[in-house]
Amino acid sequence: MQFGGSGRESLILALRAMLGEESVLTEKEELAPFECDGLSVYRKLPMAVLLPSTVEEVQGVLRLCSDHGVPVVARGAGTGLSGGALPLKDGVLMSLSRFDRIIDIDPVQRIATIQPGVRNLAISEAAAPHGLYYAPDPSSQIACTIGGNVAENSGGVHCLKYGLTVHNLLALKVVTMEGELVEIGSGAPDSQGYDLLALMTGSEGLLGVIVEVTVKLLARPERAQVLLAAFDDVRHAAEAVGAVISAGIIPAGLEMMDNLAIRAAEDFAHAGYPVGAEAILLCELDGTNAEVSEHVMKVREVMQHAGATEVRTARDEEERSMFWKGRKSAFPAVGRISPDYYCMDGTIPRRNLPEVLERIASLSRKYGLRVANVFHAGDGNLHPLILFDANGEGELERTEAFGREILSLCIEMGGTITGEHGVGVEKLDSMCLQFNPAELAQFHAIKSAFDQKGLLNPGKAVPTLHRCAEFGAMHVHEGNLPHAHLERF
Amino acid sequence: MADIERRLQELAKSAIDSGTPIAIIAGGTKSFLGNRVAAEPLHVAGHSGIVDYDPRELVITARCGTKLEEIEQVLSASSQMLPFEPPRFGGAATLGGAVACGLSGPRRPYAGSVRDHVLGCRIINGRGEILNFGGKVMKNVAGFDVSRLMTGAFGTLGVLLEISLRVLPRPAASLTLVRECRDPVPYLCGLASKPIPVDAAAHVEGLCHIRLSGSVRAVSEARNQLGGDTLDGHEIFWEDLREQRLPFFGSDAPLWRIASGPSAPMPNLQGTWMIDWGGSQRWLKSMAGEGEVRQAAEAIGGHATLFRGEGNAFHPLKGALGVLHQRLKAAFDPKGIFNPGRLYPEF
Repeated sequence: MQFGGSGRESLILALRAMLGEESVLTEKEELAPFECDGLSVYRKLPMAVLLPSTVEEVQGVLRLCSDHGVPVVARGAGTGLSGGALPLKDGVLMSLSRFDRIIDIDPVQRIATIQPGVRNLAISEAAAPHGLYYAPDPSSQIACTIGGNVAENSGGVHCLKYGLTVHNLLALKVVTMEGELVEIGSGAPDSQGYDLLALMTGSEGLLGVIVEVTVKLLARPERAQVLLAAFDDVRHAAEAVGAVISAGIIPAGLEMMDNLAIRAAEDFAHAGYPVGAEAILLCELDGTNAEVSEHVMKVREVMQHAGATEVRTARDEEERSMFWKGRKSAFPAVGRISPDYYCMDGTIPRRNLPEVLERIASLSRKYGLRVANVFHAGDGNLHPLILFDANGEGELERTEAFGREILSLCIEMGGTITGEHGVGVEKLDSMCLQFNPAELAQFHAIKSAFDQKGLLNPGKAVPTLHRCAEFGAMHVHEGNLPHAHLERF
Repeated sequence: MADIERRLQELAKSAIDSGTPIAIIAGGTKSFLGNRVAAEPLHVAGHSGIVDYDPRELVITARCGTKLEEIEQVLSASSQMLPFEPPRFGGAATLGGAVACGLSGPRRPYAGSVRDHVLGCRIINGRGEILNFGGKVMKNVAGFDVSRLMTGAFGTLGVLLEISLRVLPRPAASLTLVRECRDPVPYLCGLASKPIPVDAAAHVEGLCHIRLSGSVRAVSEARNQLGGDTLDGHEIFWEDLREQRLPFFGSDAPLWRIASGPSAPMPNLQGTWMIDWGGSQRWLKSMAGEGEVRQAAEAIGGHATLFRGEGNAFHPLKGALGVLHQRLKAAFDPKGIFNPGRLYPEF
C-alpha cells in the first residue's frame, strides 16, 4: 500500500492536533526503537509512532486512520517472538505504553482490572499482599504487557495446570478499527452471545485494539516443590512424562532438557545439574502442604520406575530456584556455545515425544547440525534449538531446511506449528501447511467481520491464499537475543 | 458408532443451495433451551463414536453424536473425567449438544468451563465446507480460536462434526460438607481465596454444600479445617443439582439463570433462589417480568438467561456488540441457514 505526499502530511497534522506534538513521533531516530519486536531479523520503520494516553484518543486515532485508509499496528512492550508488532512502512505504530495503570485489584472477587500496558509481573506483585497472583507466566514476564499477552494468548511454564491467557481472562475493552468501543465479558463467569473473549485472545492484533483487561487472580498455593529426575536415555525421560500424567497428577510445570542443553545451562548457571545425564525432567508440584507431600512421593516413584538414574527433591527454596534458574537460562546458555541458533516452537501430542525426539536426532545427523532440546514437556510444546554458524558455507540454508522438517513433523504428528510464540510474520508460510485454503478463507472472513477495510495489523498471522512457500524460524545471530536481559524458556 | 460426515455435508450443501434453514438436532435433550427454530431438522446423532483417546494425553476426540454417557464411562475406566461436568438433561445427550450449548456443571468455577477444555473442532460451515480448527494439543496459537467461538454458539455458526477436549484425572478423594448459612454469598465466594481443595460450592434451601476433592490427605485436612456435616451419597446430590432434579427446580414458574461476579449482591427480585458456582451462577424461580429480571441482573454487573419459560431466552446484545455478532454470523453462515433465531431473533 502506498500512502505518501499530501495525504501523509494531512494525517500527521490531524494526529498532532489530536494527541499533541510530543505524542506523534516521525523523526527517524525517534522511530528506530520501534522498528522491530523480539524477532529482530525483521525491521521496518513506520510512518509514525503514536503514543495515545486515553481510550478516546485510541478511538480518535483509529477513526482517523480508517478514514485515511492507513494501516495501524498496536504494540505493547515489543517482546513478542514472531514479528506480530513489526511496523508497516506506510502505516502507523500505536504504542499502548502509556496505558500503564492498575485500575483495581478486588481481593474479594479475586479479579484485577488493568490497562493493557501493565507488565505481566506487575499484576502478581500488586495482588501479592492479598495472597493472590496472576497465573500465566511467560518467560518475558518482567517486561511483556498484559495487552500483548492477550493478543498472543501467552503461555508460560505453568500452563499445564493453570492454562493459557485465555483461561485466565474475564473481560476486555476493545476498540475496533472503526473506532467503536466494545465491552466483552464482565465479572460474570460467561457472557451473552458468542465467545468473543476467546476469539480476541490470540488474535495477534488483527481484530481490535485492547484498551482494558480484567483477569482472574488465584490464591497462592500453600506450597510448591520441585523434583529433578535424571535419565541416561532420552526415550526414558520422554516416557516418564506420560507416566506422571497417567499417575493422575497434573504438575504445575513439567520441563525437559537434553544433554547438550544440560551442559550449556550448567556451565552458565551452575544449577547443580547432573552433566552426565542424557536428559533431565524438572517437575514442579503445588497445592496444599498435604497434597504436595503425597504427590512428591508418587512422582519420585514414577520417575524411578521409568528408569531415572537419580531423583532429587529441592531441599529448600534456594535449591528450588537454582533448579529453575538453570532451566530459565537455557536459551542464553545455548547462545554461548554456538555462533547462531534457530528456535522452533511446535507442539505435539505428548505420546509422540520419544519418537519425535529420535527423529529430530536423526535429522540432526542428516544435516550435520547439533540440536539442543529444552522445552515444556508436560504440554508437548517443543523448543528445539538448531545450532549453526551463519558464516559457514550453506549452513543457514541447511538450518532452515532442518527447521522446515521439524515443523512438518509436528503437523504430521497431529500437532501445531506454534504453541506459544504466535504466527506473526514469521510463520505465515507454515500456516499454509497447517490450514487448507477454505480454513484460511474462514479466518479472513472473521478478520473482515471486525475490520472490513483490513487496516488492523494487516498481513500478519493469517497468510493470503496466494502465499505458500517456506517455513520460517527465529534466527538468533551471535547469541544476540533481542531483549537479552529477559529469561527465555 | 458411524461416520456419516459425507452425508451430513451433502444435506447441508443442498440446504444451502436451496436456501432452506435447518435446525441441527443431536440428542434433542436441550431443545427447551434457547429460542424456537422453525426449520427443517438436520439429525446429527448418527455421527458418533470416539475417534481417539489416550489417557496419557489427557485428550479425547469424539464425533458430535457420541453420547456423553459413553464418553464419561470410557474416561472413568481410566480414572479420568470431563472436568466441567456437563449437564445432560436426558440420557440421549451428546457431546455436540453439550459443546454447542456451552453448559457446564458445578465444578466450573474451579476447573474451568466447557470452552476452557475445548481444544479443537471439525465443522461444516455455511458454505458447505468441512473445516478443522485448533487441534489435539493444549498449547496451540495458530489461527483464530474458532473452536472456542463455536462453543456456546448454539449451532448458529456451523455444524459441529468432531470435537477434541482436554480431560483431567479424577480426584483420588471427594466428599461434601453441609452447614447452615445465613449469608451464603460472602461465605461461598470466600472459600476460593483459601488454599483448600474446593471443587463445588452451592447454597440450596438454607444449606451451604461444599465439595472437597483432591488427594486423600488434602481432603481430610480441609474437612477438619472447614467443619460441618459430611453429606451421605453426595454424588447424587451434585448430579441432581446439575440435572435440575432437586425440588427447587420442581415448580412451574419460569426458571432464570443469572450469571454475575461471585460476590455480587443478590438482585432485588421476588422468587426463590438457589446459588451455585461459589456465588457466580444463581438460579431464580420467579414470575417477575423479563425486563425486570434483565435490569436487576445488569444492576449487579451480570446477565440473565430465561432457561425454562416463554420469552426471549438470552440477554440482549447492545450497540457495537450486536453488529459484531451479525457480521460474525455472516462470516460463517452467509445465507443464514444454521439454527436461525435460536440465539437471537436477528440472526
